[in-house]
Amino acid sequence: MSTTAPASPLAGLWHGPVVDADVHIAPPSVEAIFPYLDEVWREFAMERGFGEGTWNATSVTNTLPPNSPITTRADWRPDDGRPPASDLELLNRQVLEPYGTEMAVVTCYYGIDALRHPDYAAAMASAVNDWMVAEWLEADERLRGSLVLPAHDPVAMAAEIDRLGGHPRIRQIFLPIRSEHLYGRRTYLPVFEAAARHGLVCGLHFGGSSDGPPTPVGFPSWYMEEYAGATQLYFSQIMSIIAEGLLQRFPSLKFAVLEGGFLWLPGIMWRLDKEWKGLRRDIPWVDRPPSSLVREHFRFSVAPVDAGPPEHMAVQIDHLGADDMLMFATDYPHDHQRGLEELIGVLPQATLENMMYRTARDLYGD
Amino acid sequence: MATDPSARETKFVVARTSDIPDGGRIIVEINGRSIGVFNVGGEFHALLNRCPHSGAPLCRGSLVGSLKSDVPGSYTYDSSQKLLQCPWHGWEFDIRTGQSYCDPEKTRVRHYETETATGSELNEAVAAEEVADPATHEIAGELEPRPYGVPLQRGPYRAELIPVEVENDYVIVPLRSR
Repeated sequence: MSTTAPASPLAGLWHGPVVDADVHIAPPSVEAIFPYLDEVWREFAMERGFGEGTWNATSVTNTLPPNSPITTRADWRPDDGRPPASDLELLNRQVLEPYGTEMAVVTCYYGIDALRHPDYAAAMASAVNDWMVAEWLEADERLRGSLVLPAHDPVAMAAEIDRLGGHPRIRQIFLPIRSEHLYGRRTYLPVFEAAARHGLVCGLHFGGSSDGPPTPVGFPSWYMEEYAGATQLYFSQIMSIIAEGLLQRFPSLKFAVLEGGFLWLPGIMWRLDKEWKGLRRDIPWVDRPPSSLVREHFRFSVAPVDAGPPEHMAVQIDHLGADDMLMFATDYPHDHQRGLEELIGVLPQATLENMMYRTARDLYGD
Repeated sequence: MATDPSARETKFVVARTSDIPDGGRIIVEINGRSIGVFNVGGEFHALLNRCPHSGAPLCRGSLVGSLKSDVPGSYTYDSSQKLLQCPWHGWEFDIRTGQSYCDPEKTRVRHYETETATGSELNEAVAAEEVADPATHEIAGELEPRPYGVPLQRGPYRAELIPVEVENDYVIVPLRSR
């Protein structure tokens, strides 16, 4: 083990167990997944230049300005020019050891949903998942995995879930927030049926490449609008999942809302409850106030913390109306840890314990 | 058909039964209060025409059957339980009881009972009482305060009932005065 591991970033804040609900990993190069890919698709990948570009254009770095801290925290950039988050030893040294992490849920986004070739996309998703299982999950018992899926083909998505969903370390499916259709639509029933069958968490995460503009009212001019505006996609997906009755169809389903913030939630819950009173006849399967379904079925990572000063944060936390909805996450390698210290400072003790480990342990644990 | 002196109840003829077909309704004004009288499968029900939520003319809303579901795509529709949907926000109230089905902890609409009487009975009554029609009518005394807006402390509550009586040909709303 490296002798230069930094002191715990949680020193003075938290001394108990830590479960990290959102850690990114990426293949160091597309060739890294070739052992898990049929020859025909290897040639496809090489012909099409998949994964070429600065660092690794199809990994966690591709939707954000490459040099911004939100893309990769400065001290988490490998010195040797390799893509960030692509090395288990680095993950161990930079996150798992310093934070004292007992369990971390890893996601490998890798832009599979950008691929439109249905067979190529499915093969690439399988290769990434097999690479993750073999080289991360089975190499470090603290890690739990999220399945990347061929996002444009719900039947193929379900097939991939069935292929690997029984692996004891696979605990989640990765659902890019920007999907081709709202996830509550019946188009996706095979996906959620498979997730429920294997007891997997459904992880709604920033990213995705739908056919339309990134906002419902067209293309924004500036990057900030697209990035900050992604919050509205989380609203839309949560509303769809509730209104379409997915939670009545599959009562065991749990959703993790990752890298989406959470302080926007109280207002949305209030609005849904208010409108439900008059519009519930349209959706008679929603037989309870929607906020109660959110509180029962959705959990939220706290990276980023989209919060104001601590006195405001405390009020907003109180408005969540439940003490078990938040999950600690580093969002490695993104620099989304700012605000965590203030958040920890305002949380009641039970909420803090739930956030640091209990909620995620219940959700992802064995 | 006469005023009960102890109750100081006044009976208002609001319609002939034939004026309100099955599924139909009239809205009458009695002593300044707008009241909807409904014929639901031959039963007459009356409700104050004011939604306890925010004052909408409730009795102009749609009369719909009960609709429940355990799972998307599966519908349990019961046309025997009729709900009145507020035209402003769509909240539903049981036409028979005034019970709210959108926010049952907080909202109940006042239910008036109706009655019917024969023409001859009414002729006797007319000599002694006022007879309401949708245009001109009066009532002695005041209605009790409506319970809307009051957070209920325990449930289930029943709305105050004002009988709708049907005596042969006429629909009658007796209102008690104080």
